[in-house]
Amino acid sequence: MSAVLTCKNIEVSFDGFKAVDGVDLELARGEVHFLIGPNGAGKTTLVDAVTGLAPYAGSVVKDGEELRGKKVHHIARKGIGRTFQTAAVFEHLTVAQNLDIAAGAGRSALSLLRRRRRLPAVVVDTMDRIGLRDAADTPAGTLAHGQKQWLEIGMLLVGDADVLLLDEPIAGMGHDERDTTGRLLHDIAADRAVAVVEHDMDFMRAFADRVTVLHAGAVLASGSVDEVAADPRVQEVYLGTAKEAADAARA
Amino acid sequence: MSTRLPGSERTPMTRFLDTRLGTWTGFAAAALVLFGLAPLVLSGFRLGLLAQFLCYAIVAVGIGLAWGRGGMLTLGQGVFFGMGAYLMAMHLKMADARFEGGPGAVPDFMELAGIRELPAYWAPFASPVFTVAAILVLPTAFAVLLGLAVFKRRVKGAYFAILSQALAGAFAILLIGQQSLGGFNGLSRFRYFFGFTLADPANQRMLYFIAAAVLLAVVAVSLQLRRSRYGELLVAVRDAEERVRFLGYDAANVKVVAYAAAALFAAVAGAVFVPIVGIISPASIGIVPSIMFLLGVAIGGRASLVGPVVGALVVAWAQTALSEQFPSAWTYAQGLLFILVIALLPGGLASAAALTKRFRTKPTPVEAAA
Ligand SMILES: Nc1ncnc2c1ncn2[C@@H]1O[C@H](COP(=O)(O)OP(=O)(O)OP(=O)(O)O)[C@@H](O)[C@H]1O
Ligand SMILES: [Mg+2]
Repeated sequence: MSAVLTCKNIEVSFDGFKAVDGVDLELARGEVHFLIGPNGAGKTTLVDAVTGLAPYAGSVVKDGEELRGKKVHHIARKGIGRTFQTAAVFEHLTVAQNLDIAAGAGRSALSLLRRRRRLPAVVVDTMDRIGLRDAADTPAGTLAHGQKQWLEIGMLLVGDADVLLLDEPIAGMGHDERDTTGRLLHDIAADRAVAVVEHDMDFMRAFADRVTVLHAGAVLASGSVDEVAADPRVQEVYLGTAKEAADAARA
Repeated sequence: MSTRLPGSERTPMTRFLDTRLGTWTGFAAAALVLFGLAPLVLSGFRLGLLAQFLCYAIVAVGIGLAWGRGGMLTLGQGVFFGMGAYLMAMHLKMADARFEGGPGAVPDFMELAGIRELPAYWAPFASPVFTVAAILVLPTAFAVLLGLAVFKRRVKGAYFAILSQALAGAFAILLIGQQSLGGFNGLSRFRYFFGFTLADPANQRMLYFIAAAVLLAVVAVSLQLRRSRYGELLVAVRDAEERVRFLGYDAANVKVVAYAAAALFAAVAGAVFVPIVGIISPASIGIVPSIMFLLGVAIGGRASLVGPVVGALVVAWAQTALSEQFPSAWTYAQGLLFILVIALLPGGLASAAALTKRFRTKPTPVEAAA
């Protein structure tokens, strides 16, 4: 396995409280890597650290380069893209405009000052890929919940990110949409590293190549779905209770 | 369409104006009114007033860009307006002194204040070229530096507004203390404008045409910025600045461009204002005038292109008409108007058309589908 992104001993504290406490994580190209753990385990905070939002101790290396201390937009330019727990698209702009902006971080000042004559091919292709071709001219604010999340993923694809950190990408989706999303994730992971923060255990079982379980800011277990599921500590703090709760909710 | 920006609702009219033909038609109509109709029907005095109002409108176009599209509540545009105005006024005073008193003469107000030696920083303003360059460069450069300092530190929202307003107040106070810039009285009694005598009605009319031409140019620049990819990016920064960073843009730079453009517009407006009105003093650039600039934009519709222009003209006209008859009431009326617009019509007049349409008529099936 060749790691694209290597996190070593990440620590994030909020006023003395350690939200992330010594986490190691490797993300490899070709894998959909699930990050699971109960509420407050530190999953989002870990993503915040890697993407430059939360200051941390430790080290994050991508393609041999240390990212710690770099600004958010510099880290993004290194090919690390993320989505947010609550969909964050540009509501007043159309789907096509959202994608065009996401594709344009490297544009020169001169080309920015010109009007867009036609959509870049990568934007059109991506609209096909995320199933939003027909919604090209729809304001993103009027999209359905699931479509917004696809648009967010699409925005990372056109931006040429090769490490994708997705924070609960299927929250609020129906069954079919989840399946579509899962297949999309596998499709885009072919030449990228994809990390997915998720609570849904069925979805995780169906689509995870690798799983890391976080608990109280630390890594509890890491490995294949079966390995992690067989870990008694994981069963204790997470899987059992979550599954029971989920089953109860479904019943 | 609830997701449209306030002030940019789609009506058949705005849709037409968005086309290439519509754009040219719009500019042609505006030029016809400004260059043909207005000089024909207005007396010299009224044309002078309109010229003054057009200067406010130029400032307003910049605020529309920075605030309406970029979300920066620029409560201190008086600073840039004042910079442009004082730079121009210094040149006019120098030129007058040279013309009438010879090379060594100091401007008349300095003589009265007992300043016999020309302060060193005044000397370059004898040159018209230097002055024009300074008007175009200095306020803009100041805006870039200030913008970088502020936006890189993620100062925004109310903090940014308070900061800009404090700056306008401080700038006015600073000028009051400068005897070599006329102090409280400012600079006035200009006689010549680049060699033309300002007392001549024909030259006054020419100044009106200059103001009108600058306004059209500034609207054209603003339109190009809005329609460009940069314009889309600016809206994205306004709506979700954090998100834009995660896409690899330095959001601060995006904001600085709009902020600097607004500063440039205001500076040019100030420079044109001075020969038209014949006086610039700290009273026309401090906190109150800065709020006035903003008021017009809010009333006209900050996110629309023409709204700020219309709003600025309406507010300036109302102030002239009402403040003479009810000087104290106008201040309150101004505040009340501001609150009413913000509370009831956040999109300004530009959204009123779309609003009444929504109330009165049910959309036809064709429109609903569009
Ligand atoms: N800005 C902050 N200030 C203080 N504490 C914070 C901050 N952000 C997160 N925390 C705390 O850090 C811990 C980890 O939070 P985090 O959001 O990373 O959890 P999570 O694993 O993403 O949970 P969830 O599944 O609910 O999204 C929580 O206890 C949270 O309250
Ligand atoms: Mg979270």
